[in-house]
Amino acid sequence: MKLEDLIDQKAEWLKGEGPKAEIVVSTRIRLARNIKGHFFPGWANDKQRDTALEKSISGLKRTVSFKNALFLRMREMDMMDREFLVERHLMSREHAVDVKSKAVVVDEKEAISIMLNEEDHLRIQVLRSGFNIMDAWGAIDKIDQEISRYLQYSYSPKFGYLTSCPTNTGTGMRASVMLHLVALAMTDQMSNVYDAISKLGMTIRGFYGEGTEALGNFYQISNQVTLGHSELDILDNLVRVVNKLIEREEATRTHLLKNKKQEITDSVCRSYGTLRSARIITSDETIRLMSAVRLGVELGLIKDHGRGEVNDLFLLTQPSHLQKIEKKTLTPHERDIKRADLIREKLGERAE
Amino acid sequence: MRCDVCHAREATVHLTEVVNEEVTKLHLCENCAKAKSEEMQSHFGLTDLIASLMDFEPALPEEKPHEVAVKCGKCGMTYHDFQKTGKLGCEECYEAFKKDLSGLLKKIHGADRHVGKMPVMSVGTASDQETLKRLHTELEELVRAEEFEKAAIIRDRIKDLEGKS
Repeated sequence: MKLEDLIDQKAEWLKGEGPKAEIVVSTRIRLARNIKGHFFPGWANDKQRDTALEKSISGLKRTVSFKNALFLRMREMDMMDREFLVERHLMSREHAVDVKSKAVVVDEKEAISIMLNEEDHLRIQVLRSGFNIMDAWGAIDKIDQEISRYLQYSYSPKFGYLTSCPTNTGTGMRASVMLHLVALAMTDQMSNVYDAISKLGMTIRGFYGEGTEALGNFYQISNQVTLGHSELDILDNLVRVVNKLIEREEATRTHLLKNKKQEITDSVCRSYGTLRSARIITSDETIRLMSAVRLGVELGLIKDHGRGEVNDLFLLTQPSHLQKIEKKTLTPHERDIKRADLIREKLGERAE
Repeated sequence: MRCDVCHAREATVHLTEVVNEEVTKLHLCENCAKAKSEEMQSHFGLTDLIASLMDFEPALPEEKPHEVAVKCGKCGMTYHDFQKTGKLGCEECYEAFKKDLSGLLKKIHGADRHVGKMPVMSVGTASDQETLKRLHTELEELVRAEEFEKAAIIRDRIKDLEGKS
């Protein structure tokens, strides 16, 4: 398996399947782990970081879970390839810079990935489409246990898994759910949501645009506490909160469809129209307009396209994906043209 | 809107962070945002948050020299280093800074004791018995060699393992 094979593969989190996929795009759980006896990556010198990296790689290569996985050393990849992995949510943006002694491991189904020597020696991640927390937990727990047979983790009975940053100490677990709360945003209810979430020991932030205004009304909700509660308690809590948000979003969508049908249809159709006629379009505008189109598909106002297709476009229109498809480096302006071409091709009227 | 950093260019990047109900907004121009993008993108506010939780105030130079800095015996990180970055140096730091860290963890998580899973190698299984046997042998050797510091570590590990089962 090569990196290039991923482009033709449908990323797990974009399948548009799984429970509540009309609102929940994806579920992700990550575990922060370190290897016993090695300094944490941020404090180690180059040689120590290299030693820890080689140890991690050789340990992982002995597992069954990663038998057919891709082992990618950051240093051997160009910027575009690294960005490509970031866009596919297989690694963080921080992992793409200062790449000495860093690597990423991706399993063949692209459902599991491990960042090596990011903030911790291992950052294991499992991604699932839709609202699938317990399923994701079952998978990552199994992998984590398997890895711990081959790599001895930094662990203390008192503090649990020892991580570089004390905000992760204990379970080392961060579970996140990505939600499309477009109706709540349209009806100005998000500030209430922000308030409620932060009171519950969780965080919410815009998904696109790195913590800026939530572009396209995609939000990520994650647990903040990692110590003093078991993994299952933490996940249970998150499930409860997300269920409430889903209920609220569903009720608001129904309300809009009943009482503001013309307004909603207008907004959906205008966005759809713009996407189908644009010749030059930025990725921000794409996300904003696609958000309305996604709502249109979910409400049955747009019938020509499925959720999977729509989800796919969010990914394919990102800068590195466009360049991978074109197989060459493009200037931002060239990308805006190619992006518009691709959208027209995918959303264009059907021939028959 | 002007950039909050250079106050000269138009702000095009807007950051919002919610920490304990406090909403912080920062408006930056592209240049300043790019310059700071590293810390911005994911850690913006985190170091500040940790520093504020630690009640860390910039030390007055005349107060500090008397104090003996708490230092991790394994990796050499001082508590002051940790306060600057918010990141620990190695697993032993948890032991070295135990006193301060317990308070900090309580502030962050509301608890300072792990409740949750443990790795296979620490679970009380048959392989633990092997580990114990190996550790006991190692302990005897270290005591014979008068390597008492190392022996103490092994002794603690044996205690941990025995305590679990």
